[in-house]
Amino acid sequence: MNKWITIAIDAALLLVFALAPYYLSSYHLSLLGRFLAMAILSLGISITWGRTGILSLGQGVFWGLGAYILAMHLKLAALTPGDMPDFMMWSGLEQLPAWWNVFRNPFVALGGVIVLPTVTAGAIAWLVFNRRVSGVYFALLTQALALVFSTLLISEQAYTGGFNGLTDFNTILGNEIIEPSFQRAIYWITLAVLALAFVLCSWLLDTGFGKVLVAIRDGESRARFLGYSPAAYKTLAFALAGSLAGVSGALYILHAGVISPAMVGVVPSIEMVIAVAVGGRSSLMGVVLGTLLVNFGKDTISSAIPELWQFVVGALFILVVTALPKGLVSVSGLMLRLKSIVFKSSAHQALEGPNA
Amino acid sequence: MSAALLSVENVTVSFDGFNALNGMSLELLPTSIRVLIGPNGAGKSTLLDAIIGHVKPTKGRVIFKGEDITHLDEYKIVRKGICRKFQAPGILESLTVGDNLALAARHHRECWRSFGTRVSPQVRSQVERVIALIGLEEKRDALAAQLSHGQKQWLEIGMVVASDAELLLLDEPAAGMSQDESSQTAELIRSLSKQHSILVIDHDMTFVAQLDAPVSVMHMGQMLKQGTLDEIRNDPEIAAVYLGRAKEVPHA
Repeated sequence: MNKWITIAIDAALLLVFALAPYYLSSYHLSLLGRFLAMAILSLGISITWGRTGILSLGQGVFWGLGAYILAMHLKLAALTPGDMPDFMMWSGLEQLPAWWNVFRNPFVALGGVIVLPTVTAGAIAWLVFNRRVSGVYFALLTQALALVFSTLLISEQAYTGGFNGLTDFNTILGNEIIEPSFQRAIYWITLAVLALAFVLCSWLLDTGFGKVLVAIRDGESRARFLGYSPAAYKTLAFALAGSLAGVSGALYILHAGVISPAMVGVVPSIEMVIAVAVGGRSSLMGVVLGTLLVNFGKDTISSAIPELWQFVVGALFILVVTALPKGLVSVSGLMLRLKSIVFKSSAHQALEGPNA
Repeated sequence: MSAALLSVENVTVSFDGFNALNGMSLELLPTSIRVLIGPNGAGKSTLLDAIIGHVKPTKGRVIFKGEDITHLDEYKIVRKGICRKFQAPGILESLTVGDNLALAARHHRECWRSFGTRVSPQVRSQVERVIALIGLEEKRDALAAQLSHGQKQWLEIGMVVASDAELLLLDEPAAGMSQDESSQTAELIRSLSKQHSILVIDHDMTFVAQLDAPVSVMHMGQMLKQGTLDEIRNDPEIAAVYLGRAKEVPHA
């Protein structure tokens, strides 16, 4: 019963989003498309951080891998065969590197968008979690990774486009990207992928796998002493988050038309986590809505008063951490708590729910 | 080879030069109870840690069902059929009571076999059996965090039972329980010993007496004496060990 109500709300929400091209301006549609793409990444953070307790401050790396791989394809698709991207010529490269050329094939590129971030995330996780590195050390390690990744992208200008990144995409699979009809199609594809990822994640959290993830968050050693290998489960969860991040990055650049190191480094990686925290990290719907809210907030505020955004995001984070540890989805819980403080009722103890 | 289910052979565990276990040996037979007592710091919990692979011995071996498990990872040792209840309840607070038991009861704990929303009939019936045994049927869908302290202890004992391990290691299973609860626990442990081999650590002599099982006394990381509870009680050396710290015995 309760379950059906949730499904009905989710479906209604999906419908509202699906009809967006008919009531939003093309500018706002493009923004919504980007943010829905970001929500795919947020689902991954919800699984690793919300459910498993692994905080990664380097999701920008896997997101960036997906984005750059598709961008390489788009860059090549925009050229006549035999030509090289302009920045390569400026950097004095004589020939297109072979590892660039493989992504000329759109299917290799689309496969790479999923496979490369997944494998990278999985390999890092396997190495780290088998050595029982976790908690704040893992967070710092991933943050360093984000820094290394963005620095590398900037320094290897001849291969990556350097600080400016990659831009000027015009066709994919024979479609003109800027065509309004294709923009709408990309919007729907993004929404469909998000919906699919959402269903997949909800299902996954319901399986034995999902229960073990929660068990690991609640008591990693207890899970181990029940015969579960935390490293294996955490690795798989992190690899999944990596693939969601990669897909998210690829879809994002189809809306944004550009990818650069500034979009994948430490600060964007932290903003990804904040968006999830604001929505409520262990609720899938919470993180999707949180991502939309924070990103639209960022857009609105920073186009009005550019300097203000950093303060707002900082304040928002402090508010969520101190008053709403379960994010905005738990706002009703906060109201109850405020009420109990105001009325000093003895019901206070009754409100101390499971994780209060 | 003897018919022992578990043999701890001459195990030494050192932490920075201090030997928490110092040539400790112990044998457990299938379907039996053994009580382990000893003063604080005697190495009782460290022995359980060494058996289950949480600490690695510097010397000696742990043999389970004829296989050397000394250097296996904890989770692999558990899969061989050893389950441990910790001193402080180690239940999974944000899962339901039913899910806690189901996780303990699963036979396939490998990651790649965990993708199914349906709980297998064997696991389901195991959960039913255990939840009745620990009297928490009505709390099946409650979150474990909402249980009282005693109920949490029961739930963790239930998880150990649900795991269906041949060897159960229980570290102070009756800690913090009322007299009634602790007699029920003793009774439960005795009934479990028909199918499991059980090693119990406890301080409470009333509870130990209720278990009605052979007692091993540890002291300074070694096995000091083994015998019936009466023999142990009347042994002057053991009395000295226990009272030594508080009373007059000279070697301080």
